[in-house]
Amino acid sequence: MLKAADLGAIRAIITRAKRWDLFFAVLGLLSLMVGVLTFTVLFLDMAIQGVPRLSLDFFTNFPSRRAENAGILSAWVGTILVMLVTALAAVPLGVAAGVYLEEYAPKNWITDIIEINISNLAGIPSIVYGLLALGLFVYYFGFGQSILSAGLTLALLILPVIIVATRESIRAIPQSIHEGSYACGATTWQTVSDHILPYSSAGILTGVIIGMARAIGETAPIITIGALTFIAFLPPMPFAGDPAAGMFEWIFAPFTVMPIQMFNWTSRPEAAFTVNAAAAGFVLVFMTLAMNGLAIYLRYHLRKNIKW
Amino acid sequence: MQIQTGLEAGVEGTVLKAEVRDLDFHYGAFHALKRVSMPIYDRRVTALIGPSGCGKSTLLRCFNRMHDLYPGNRYSGGGIVFHPDNTNLLAPEVDPIEVRMRISMVFQKPNPFPKSIYENVAYSLRVRGMRNKNELDDRVESALKGAALWNEVSDRLKELGANLSGGQQQRLCIARALASDPEIILFDEPTSALDPIATASIEELVTELKEKVTILIVTHNMQQAARISDYTAYMYLGEMVEFGVTDQIFIKPTKKATEDYITGRFG
Repeated sequence: MLKAADLGAIRAIITRAKRWDLFFAVLGLLSLMVGVLTFTVLFLDMAIQGVPRLSLDFFTNFPSRRAENAGILSAWVGTILVMLVTALAAVPLGVAAGVYLEEYAPKNWITDIIEINISNLAGIPSIVYGLLALGLFVYYFGFGQSILSAGLTLALLILPVIIVATRESIRAIPQSIHEGSYACGATTWQTVSDHILPYSSAGILTGVIIGMARAIGETAPIITIGALTFIAFLPPMPFAGDPAAGMFEWIFAPFTVMPIQMFNWTSRPEAAFTVNAAAAGFVLVFMTLAMNGLAIYLRYHLRKNIKW
Repeated sequence: MQIQTGLEAGVEGTVLKAEVRDLDFHYGAFHALKRVSMPIYDRRVTALIGPSGCGKSTLLRCFNRMHDLYPGNRYSGGGIVFHPDNTNLLAPEVDPIEVRMRISMVFQKPNPFPKSIYENVAYSLRVRGMRNKNELDDRVESALKGAALWNEVSDRLKELGANLSGGQQQRLCIARALASDPEIILFDEPTSALDPIATASIEELVTELKEKVTILIVTHNMQQAARISDYTAYMYLGEMVEFGVTDQIFIKPTKKATEDYITGRFG
């Protein structure tokens, strides 16, 4: 039989224990705010400085020695073209490697070593990739300081991200679906192309876009391979100009990208260039957010019809 | 070869579809099946019963070489001889895909692909290279009829299989297993994830299906084995304890161990 005094004691214990709940909730909220507020302040500062500078001219002008005439045309075109090469190189390689490791590779110590190293590759500083690319792509293969070299460098950089994302999305497919396909008499390739890839595509795509969002802001490896900081012409359009450019001539063109353009402007003494850098930074953040938004939309869309 | 099962011969009019002969199986170092032998009769229902971990599912999954999908699994002795062509299903030179095209499987938990009802059933035909639309339509329809699902889904074949109820999903999986005209269908505890009504419909379906196809079913439910099977095999610790006509196994088992399990004194 519970006495009134006992009940009082129990309530006191609960009150005391709940104090820790409150303490941790406050601590957690503060920790969260450190991150969120810092980012908000930085972003707002950049937006307040940069947004008034945004105009059509800013997007259609080449860089200039005069801050008010300078624009980001060569930078955003360069960024998009480099990203295109990166995606075309990294997605097929990364997805194929991920599928191979999950579905085909024999489970032995060689595979284990490869697996461990892929996770490690994701942690290598990007400047190291830049040095590798300088030796391999720029000099050894002779691609020069071109869009191709930059795209391939960034592709190497995000390859581990795509491989890991591919493997994790494949592992998220229930074993029973996997066995169901084999039990129908499917080969490994039929299982991969009819089930594994369609059902994991949402996760793979998310990984691809997260990788691309990382690559779009990379500066160090691009500078290492020798991107220009001041460039006042665009890569040749396919089949345009005189003499007419080839289909793929643009990939060997010199280029610059958004973060390098920003870096260049911030190192100028004039205050007006700092405003330009803030505006370019705003555009770059917006490009990244747009990519993440696309990832969320596609993931929702692709997962709508997938229920286990 | 004489089968050591305690059963002298099949009931009159039965034909052997397959024989398990002195089968040994290892999961890595674990000896999961120990010299297991049993006959499988054509167009009959054979039930595998026994307590958890006795090897009944392991034995079932040997029939469609499901163990080949995972490293460390070994068919370490004996084999499964398939009639009438006398093929040892477990021989290394026999392609497991060929085996799975002849022997299909229904799993414990309904596992429809996240595709339409139609595509779920058509998949086992598509892997066989069937492309003709009319032929596919006909075969899908007859498989869904065979699985007693056609009346419920004929007007919504384009809908996702996952939108069906649990029992309907399991019948969809049976239709998928049936579509390719298999010689044996393996059922791995097909009703353990279903409610009693859905269970009854699956049991009824199994007894109808044996008109056309040989059935091997693993069940942890002895009443189910008694209700639907013609033959029953009792396994324990990876060994075949007793095989016989279901009535005989349940009414007068020859082994004490079988009797203890069946009467609920053990397991």
